[in-house]
Amino acid sequence: MKSIAELEEIRKKALDKMGVRTNTEGYRIVVGMATCGIAAGARPVMNAFMEELNKREVKNAAVTMTGCIGVCRLEPIVEVIDPTGNKTTYVKMTAEKAVRVVTEHIVNGRVCIDLTIGSEDKK
Amino acid sequence: MRDLSLHLMDIIQNSIVAMGTRIGVTIAANLKSNELKIIVADNGKGMDDDMIKKVTDPFITIRNTRKVGLGISLFKASAERSDGYLDITSKKGVGTTLEAVFKINNIDRPPLGDVADTIAGVLASNESLHLTLTLFRDDDMFSFDTVEVKRMLDGVPINEYEVLKWIKDYINEGINVTFGGVLNEINS
Repeated sequence: MKSIAELEEIRKKALDKMGVRTNTEGYRIVVGMATCGIAAGARPVMNAFMEELNKREVKNAAVTMTGCIGVCRLEPIVEVIDPTGNKTTYVKMTAEKAVRVVTEHIVNGRVCIDLTIGSEDKK
Repeated sequence: MRDLSLHLMDIIQNSIVAMGTRIGVTIAANLKSNELKIIVADNGKGMDDDMIKKVTDPFITIRNTRKVGLGISLFKASAERSDGYLDITSKKGVGTTLEAVFKINNIDRPPLGDVADTIAGVLASNESLHLTLTLFRDDDMFSFDTVEVKRMLDGVPINEYEVLKWIKDYINEGINVTFGGVLNEINS
């Protein structure tokens, strides 16, 4: 049986890790999590973002959720807002694409153009 | 929606949009009556009687970006398909309670799905929320309360990756112990 006392250990570990967190300014990853997003599979996408950020020890990115972004036919939709405030809207996301966005966009600063709403609308 | 945990996520989002700061989720299996009940109670801004009547209508929403609101309508359809029902009580300024009931053995009852993932997902981006999850199998009870977790964490954010992972494991264990052998999709 798991017990709530196990949190004590996790707390200690987390405190150690938090010490190395350098700045609060960073990327914001916003996942659309309204009825349309959830039905289209936004939850696994959000999970993939959190897992990949943890795996790569990315400290300057936070994952949050929001309601309907307004283009339900393109869900799951994820907005990535960089530290300067520029917003990139990724559409028809999957867990695999989320991993790519973390690697290319969040870590290396290159927008995944082919996954954006702009490139989807040209199809 | 593929399973009940996705509906649950959707309904919890409604509570958050309604400014709820305290959300209580109850999932109860009653073997005698063959019923699975999902209850979401919040202390959000609530609705007046007029709105309660309209809220299960798919063409009613408070949003202004589009004209349809499908969340509650879909949940209701899902409950009624499995010989159950959906009930909402609400008071303006006090909060809203939504109750969906499914017949456990009905072939059209959606599987429970990953409730732990839903709860962890909600907490990931709503760290100040006071969320409780209570599971019942008849009188056997499992409970999870963010207040207890936060007391243990003593300042470490509840949405730290390792904490969320523990929460998922903890809830999954509760689900297995409570519903194993009752809901045929859960392995005990």
